[in-house]
Amino acid sequence: MKKTGAQIICESLVKEDVEVVFGILGGVLLPLYDTLPQYPQLRHILVAHEQGAAHAAEGYARATGKVGVCIATSGPGATNLVTGIADAYLDSVPMIALTGQVVRSLIGKDAFQEIDITGITLPITKHNYLVTDTASMAETVKEAFYLAGTGRTGPVLIDIPKDVQTGQAEFKYPEKVNLKGYRPTLKGHPAQIKKAVEIIKEAKKPVLLTGRGIIISGAYDELKQLAEAAQIPVITTLLGISGFPESHVLSYGWLGMHGMAYANMAIDDADLIIAVGMRFDDRATGKVSGFAPNAKIIHIDIDPAEIGKNVRVDVPIVGDAKDVLKSLNKIIEVTEHVEWLQQLDEWRRDHPSIAIRETEKMLPQYVVRQIYHATKGDAIIVTGVGQHQMWAAQHYWFDEPNSLITSGGLGTMGFELPAAMGAKVGRPDKTVWCIAGDGGFQMTMQELATIAKEKIGVKIAILNNGFLGMVRQWQELFYEKRYVDTPLSCPDFVKIAEAYCIPGMTVKTKDEVIPAIEKAMATEGPYLLNFMVEPEENVYPMVPPGASLAEVMEEPQREVAK
Amino acid sequence: MSNKHALVALVTNKPGVLNRIASLFRRRGFNIESIAVGHSEVKGISRVTIVVDGSNAQVEQVRKQFEKEVNVIKVTDVTGDGTVTRELAMIKVKANPENRSEIIQIVDIFRANIVDVSSDSVVIEVTGEEKKIETLYELLRKFGIKEIARTGTIAMTRGNKGAVAEKVKRPKKETGNKKKEE
Repeated sequence: MKKTGAQIICESLVKEDVEVVFGILGGVLLPLYDTLPQYPQLRHILVAHEQGAAHAAEGYARATGKVGVCIATSGPGATNLVTGIADAYLDSVPMIALTGQVVRSLIGKDAFQEIDITGITLPITKHNYLVTDTASMAETVKEAFYLAGTGRTGPVLIDIPKDVQTGQAEFKYPEKVNLKGYRPTLKGHPAQIKKAVEIIKEAKKPVLLTGRGIIISGAYDELKQLAEAAQIPVITTLLGISGFPESHVLSYGWLGMHGMAYANMAIDDADLIIAVGMRFDDRATGKVSGFAPNAKIIHIDIDPAEIGKNVRVDVPIVGDAKDVLKSLNKIIEVTEHVEWLQQLDEWRRDHPSIAIRETEKMLPQYVVRQIYHATKGDAIIVTGVGQHQMWAAQHYWFDEPNSLITSGGLGTMGFELPAAMGAKVGRPDKTVWCIAGDGGFQMTMQELATIAKEKIGVKIAILNNGFLGMVRQWQELFYEKRYVDTPLSCPDFVKIAEAYCIPGMTVKTKDEVIPAIEKAMATEGPYLLNFMVEPEENVYPMVPPGASLAEVMEEPQREVAK
Repeated sequence: MSNKHALVALVTNKPGVLNRIASLFRRRGFNIESIAVGHSEVKGISRVTIVVDGSNAQVEQVRKQFEKEVNVIKVTDVTGDGTVTRELAMIKVKANPENRSEIIQIVDIFRANIVDVSSDSVVIEVTGEEKKIETLYELLRKFGIKEIARTGTIAMTRGNKGAVAEKVKRPKKETGNKKKEE
């Protein structure tokens, strides 16, 4: 039987086990939205702004490992998705963006709300499509989901003209895709794996350096097995946090610009780096010419183009992290690195990095630590970008797999609220805390409307320091405290929440922190806490921009640490 | 020393594929020296030859990025002795009865052809490696060049090796069907 293009889209989404889509309709999407009620199994969450739809789809995808779906209309709807698509691209988040397009006969005529969204998103999607006839609709959706969710996962956009939605075609969902140019390598080359094992055997000071690839491929157990068998310390990237339990005896924190000093020291001194599912981003490596000067590098990644892109690699292994680690574990020799681990412990003792100084002031670090204690570490933490992000990553200890959701590569302020919303929709069983900054929160806070309407029980903690904090920190350290346009005039966030019927509380002193967090946790549904934290607190440790990891700056005049 | 590399790519003939390729080279910071596109021996697969300048490591990086494009099936760096490269150029040169025979002599030496003659110009067609075309161009300059059109280099490896579309036509066993189990 023939179906309309709109029905074919919905049927295909159902075939792909999609349970929720985030979006906003518009003129050219009317046929699709008119069809949606025929498919009650597809929950549509109407957001306040399309950027929120994209980040929510990301949050959902990052929390569940499934492909997230967002929808926007042509023109401004589509361009509003762009930030979220770029964010998903840089952090390899599986996502489908469906956009409406003007009718085919108007394409290229600068019609009302016409924009070349496939052209715009060309460099920020894994692939994209403009569907030119209804008959190819099903195949396109099939391919798009396949591309988004396999290999190095990422966003795929499908642009669908209005008359393709209303056109009719036979619906048959393809069983398989036929993509000549796309065959991701999953299994590591045995000879390379053997070579890696040899090098690991010889190493005296090895480090496992792991990224989001561990989480995407679900290689938690394999990583633990390798680390334990060969007694190799594990250091993660920012996005690799929660790929390995931070309370594990072999966990030595995360590296990079605001990583732990001892982690950076370990990388600097290591004689072997086994990098898994990470891409040597400049925020992680510091000055690349000074990165791990004494180390050989084994690089395991599913994307061959990542190997050798930023650092020289001695043993490249292309493959899926889980598959490759599994093969490695089969032939790895049990070893010990007693001296090396002692050295690391010594560094950690002498450079604690994540100690919170004793003070009566309400430090943002303290707030994060109390959220950790209140949740007993059993929550999903979602952050935006900036100081609050670094404090959340440093002072909450991530033991649960995939429990930190943060915008890493693109560094998108305003990611936190809609992403937390998506994460909670995907994992309703979990406590989800959105840790936000007062700057970023204002970029997407209209999603409070969505949270209220859909009763999404996200707990929100704004670390409100009245500044664009991270930029202020740079101004303080590198621009002689000239605070140009970093002080913010924030609204009363609790009143804002109240306007959306979301309860909240402003917290002004340190002794109010714990009761406030408990109140938020005890309240059913969403809750907003506005913490008026110490305004000019800096994030330490810090590797200054352009410096190598060894030049890490620690907190000056450290008071008694606790 | 020149670090020119010729990359031969087999791509599925889908709308926008050239745009994708050009955009990729631009955003990865590569300047395309020349690009030539045409059908391959297999229907639906086009063959693209791109000449770029860069170190081996840089070109290898861009080759891998290039190969990552979904519509790009295979990219081979065919730089080196085992490759035949050719380019076609048409050069319109000012010519009068006095110097025409000199031009014809030069054209003969280069095994080029004169494909059009008018009272004050000739059009020369020449095929060969880039260097040959440039040498001929230099020799003709003194007569006055009115126009030049070049196709860009195309390349093919000698013997059995090479970017054979027939080999990539059939997809291998799907290896990418990695569904998340969690």
